[in-house]
Formats: sequence, structure tokens, C-alpha cells
Amino acid sequence: MSGSAIVVDRLTKTFRVAERRPGTWNALAGLVRRRHRDVRAIDDVSFHLADGELLGFVGPNGAGKSTTIKILCGILEPTSGTCTVGGIVPWRERVTHVARIGAVFGQRTQLWWDLPVIESFELLRDIYRVAPERYRRTSDELIARLDLGRLLSTPVRQLSLGQRMRCEIAASLLHEPRVLFLDEPTIGLDAVAKLAVRDFVKTLHREHGVTVILTTHDMHDIEALAERVIVIGKGVILADGSLTSLRRGALAERRLWVHFAGEPPAAIELPGAAVRQRQARSIELAFDPRTTSAHRLIASVASTFEVEDIHLEEPPIEEVIARFYAQHEVDG
Amino acid sequence: MMAGAIRPYQAVFRARFQLLLQYRAAALAGFATQCWWGAIKVMIFAAFLAGPVASPMTLRQTIDYVWLGQAFLMLLPWSADAELARMVRSGDIAYERLRPVDGYAYWYARAVARRTATPLLRATPMLLVTGLVLPALGLGQWGLGAPAGVGALGLFVASMALVVALSSAFSTLLDVLVVMTLSERGVNILVAPLSIVFSGSLVPLPLLPQWMQPFMQYQPFAGLVDVPFRIYSGHLAGWPAVAALGRQAVWSVLLVALGRAVMRRAMSRLQTQGG
Repeated sequence: MSGSAIVVDRLTKTFRVAERRPGTWNALAGLVRRRHRDVRAIDDVSFHLADGELLGFVGPNGAGKSTTIKILCGILEPTSGTCTVGGIVPWRERVTHVARIGAVFGQRTQLWWDLPVIESFELLRDIYRVAPERYRRTSDELIARLDLGRLLSTPVRQLSLGQRMRCEIAASLLHEPRVLFLDEPTIGLDAVAKLAVRDFVKTLHREHGVTVILTTHDMHDIEALAERVIVIGKGVILADGSLTSLRRGALAERRLWVHFAGEPPAAIELPGAAVRQRQARSIELAFDPRTTSAHRLIASVASTFEVEDIHLEEPPIEEVIARFYAQHEVDG
Repeated sequence: MMAGAIRPYQAVFRARFQLLLQYRAAALAGFATQCWWGAIKVMIFAAFLAGPVASPMTLRQTIDYVWLGQAFLMLLPWSADAELARMVRSGDIAYERLRPVDGYAYWYARAVARRTATPLLRATPMLLVTGLVLPALGLGQWGLGAPAGVGALGLFVASMALVVALSSAFSTLLDVLVVMTLSERGVNILVAPLSIVFSGSLVPLPLLPQWMQPFMQYQPFAGLVDVPFRIYSGHLAGWPAVAALGRQAVWSVLLVALGRAVMRRAMSRLQTQGG
């Protein structure tokens, strides 16, 4: 398997949704004649992914991220278009395909609710027909890396969300898949658990060369993990590239915080910089790095005013994405 | 590699079987209810058959039929798998499609666990009480009698194995229908009365009007109750009994084929809501 691990070509998926207008009369009319509406979940989506790449998939709710993932996993069949994962069309050779991939759906569970974690793992070992010695090696490593030792004999229903998610991730990797799909793996997790998940995914990607596709609403996940980002909105790919290029396209602006020794000046007149906000002892300036050089701006601030401290910031990634959605008129 | 091929199905069967054996409180409650129902039915049939009527079944055969029916009540496919129904609603069903197994066989293995573990829990105390305790108390005529003979017992055991196959095929078909309709309620409402009436669980099929008999003997539900329990008491014996076993097997195969076809259709139209 060389070159592109995943090839997605003009994938389109339309769902038929039964529609009912409000009111008793319309409810009765619906018994006789159903109205249907076609909803296009994804529309003409194409991209390539090389072996060992880590792709972040970003978009507002209902943008089509999960639909794309489910088609790539072989769970859904597209209405038109095609895709291959490691040379296999997922929904045509489902059994061969799913044996080679792993998936975690953050809002679902693949562990058996009433069973201790270890028994779920052993069931998955049998379902994926993993050889005993391979299972021992893989599960030992996953248990150590994800710190699951003390959770193994706990029934899944008694785990906290963070503990459960670590177990879910381990469960998806017991058969050593070459491609891993993570659909909102950090949803609802606290800061510590999020960091643990991110660290683990990073290691997995770097040390084992697993190809990862990640969807998330948490831009810090993307910032920490993804080399490449695809932004999808209303079923259409809006951008495909690095986070830096996305930032440059959507919101290139940089910000300069100036902290003053005394009272900040009432007015600041600096070419190329605008005041974004003021606080008791500081002012935030916004400027465009493409037209105004940061170091010249800092120099002129420092020479004009009594300055205590200065620091430079980029707009938070959430703001970049929100701006990007606004530019493309998709709701966040 | 035959052993490797069936490993996933064995594993899911074992896990479900062990899990279902834990529901002891439900089994005890069910046992109490079924003793009560069985006693009432025995009394009603005793009253009916006491007069000078030409019955197609003796009271002895009818009582055996009733108690076996109560003991193995949970073998009837009268509801879809509640756990699968929950997975359909929550969307966890997506994970079922991620397993490198034959989807139908995987669910069939679950159904076999359900149609063996629960009946085993319920039947054991029931058979002990009606077959041993009642005779010991001198109430043997109201309890479960001995099988009609060694041959009858052998055929009965074979027929019960086919009941498990047939009932699991029915159950898996119900599970697939739940996936299509997104709820187990409609499926259960339709199938529960059908399986109770047409299997003979409500009234032994031979006691139904004569004109219904040809139809009753050939429809699939008869293979769930009527065939094995009549074999047990000797009401059905010899070649007709072997032919009845054949009908159980044929219906099992047909229902598996139907279940597979419906499942293929359901899965190609699967929609997963909620992002």
C-alpha cells in the first residue's frame, strides 16, 4: 500500500427525510400522503490522504463530517461517487475493510455496557480473530500507554466519561488497524482527559505511523494534532490545507498587547494599527502583518509611550474558524 | 480454518449467554407467574375434558402440553432484542457494522443465546416442580408425566434443538425489522399474539376446530410448541413425527434466508442520524 491511503472521489450522500408540517390537519394528511424532502448531507466531496497522514476534519454541526466518516468506514453507502481506503471500496468489501480500520465515535460506545472492560477487550479479540500472543502484546501496550490498569475489572457503566473514552480508544486499536477514524473523541471530556487523548493520538501517529482522520469541534485538538485541516460546511469542502494557510486566508490579523507603566494614553495614533480594546492599564492593538511590520510597530510604540510590557498574539483558532464560517455563510 | 471462522460467533454467544444467566430475579418472578397460569390452564382443560366429549387429545397429553408450554415459554420469539433496539435508537448500531463478521450470523448467535439462556433459567425449576415435586406430593395426575417412551424422548430432544434454531431465526428476523422501523414496539405488538396463538401456546393446536388443522400443522409457528410437546406425550409419533421435524428444519432455513435478504436491504438503506 503506497501513495494514497485514502482516495475520495466526488462523494455525495442524499438522505430522504419525511416531512410533516405543524397542526392536526397536516398530521392527518400525512397519514395519506407523505411528503419527503431530500437532504444532501455531503455534496461532491473529493480529497486524497497519504499513508501516515493525520487529517483534521472541521465543520459546524450537520456539515457532513460524520457522514463522510461513516461512508469511509463502510457503514453507509454513498448516493454517488466513490472512495477507496487502502485500495478497497469500503461498502463493497465491508468485512475485509472493517478488519483493517479502527473507529471511535465519541458519542457512542462500542464496549459492552454490563461487562468489565477486560471482557469487552477479549470479546473484540475474538471478533477480530486476533492471535493470542499478538493480543497480549498489543493490549499490554495499550493498557500501559492509556493507563487503564486499574479500570480493567470495572464494568463499563461505572466508568467516568474520560475513563471510558480511553478504553474506547484502546478497544478500537486491539486489532492494530492501519487507519483510525476518530469522530469527536474529546467531546464532553475535561481538560486533563482531553490532553491524555491528544497525547496518545500524537504518539500513535508518530511511532506507529497510523493514518488518522479526526473530526472535532475543539479547535485545540486540531491545533495540537492536525498537520492538515479540511473545513466542510453544508456538505461541501470549503478549505483543505494547513492550519497556517487557513489562518492566513480567514483572519490574518495579529494582536499586540501594550501594558503601560501608568495611565494608558487617551488616544493612540499609529499607522496600520487599530485599537481593539482597552483595559485599566493596557491596550490591545490589531494590525495586518502583511502590510505592517510587527517590529516597526513595537519600536514606534516603545519610543512614543512609557511602556512596561508588550506581547504579540494571534487570534484564537476558534475566532479564525468562526470568521471562516461567516465568510462562507455556514452556521457555526 | 473452520475453528477460526466461527470464533467471533462463539464469543458473542458465550458473552450473551453468561450475561442472560444473571437475571435470576426476573426468572423467579416469571416462574411464579407461569406456575399460576399453568395451574389455571390445567384446571380449565380438566373441566372441559371431564364430560363425555370426543377429544382429539387425552387429558394426560393436554396437561403435559400445558406444563411443557409454561416451562419453555421463553423459547417463543415474541419480542425483538431490547438491547439491539436500544442500539438502533442511540446509534451504537454503527459499531455493529464495523465488525469484520457476517452481520446476520452475528445477530443470529446473539439470538441463540437469548433463546437458550433464558428458557434454561425458567424451565429448570418448572420441570423440577411439575415433574418431581407434584408426583412426590401425590398430585402426579396434575403434574408433568414421563415421556411416552425412549423413542419419543429422543425425538423430543431433537425437536427442541430445532425449536432453538427456528425461534432464533424468527428472533433475528424481528431484530432486522426493528432496524428498519427504528422501534421494537410495533414489531413486538404484531408478533407476540401471532406466536402465542399459532404456536399452540394459548390452546394446543389439536384442540382447535377440525377445518383449521391442515393449515395449523404446516404454518411455521407450529414448530415452536406444538410439534415437540405432542411428540413428548406420544400424540405425535412415528413417521408423522419425523415429517414434523422436517417441517421445523425447512421453516428454519426459509426464515434464515428471509432474514438475510431483509437484512441486506435494511443495511444498504441504513441512515445514521445525529451527525
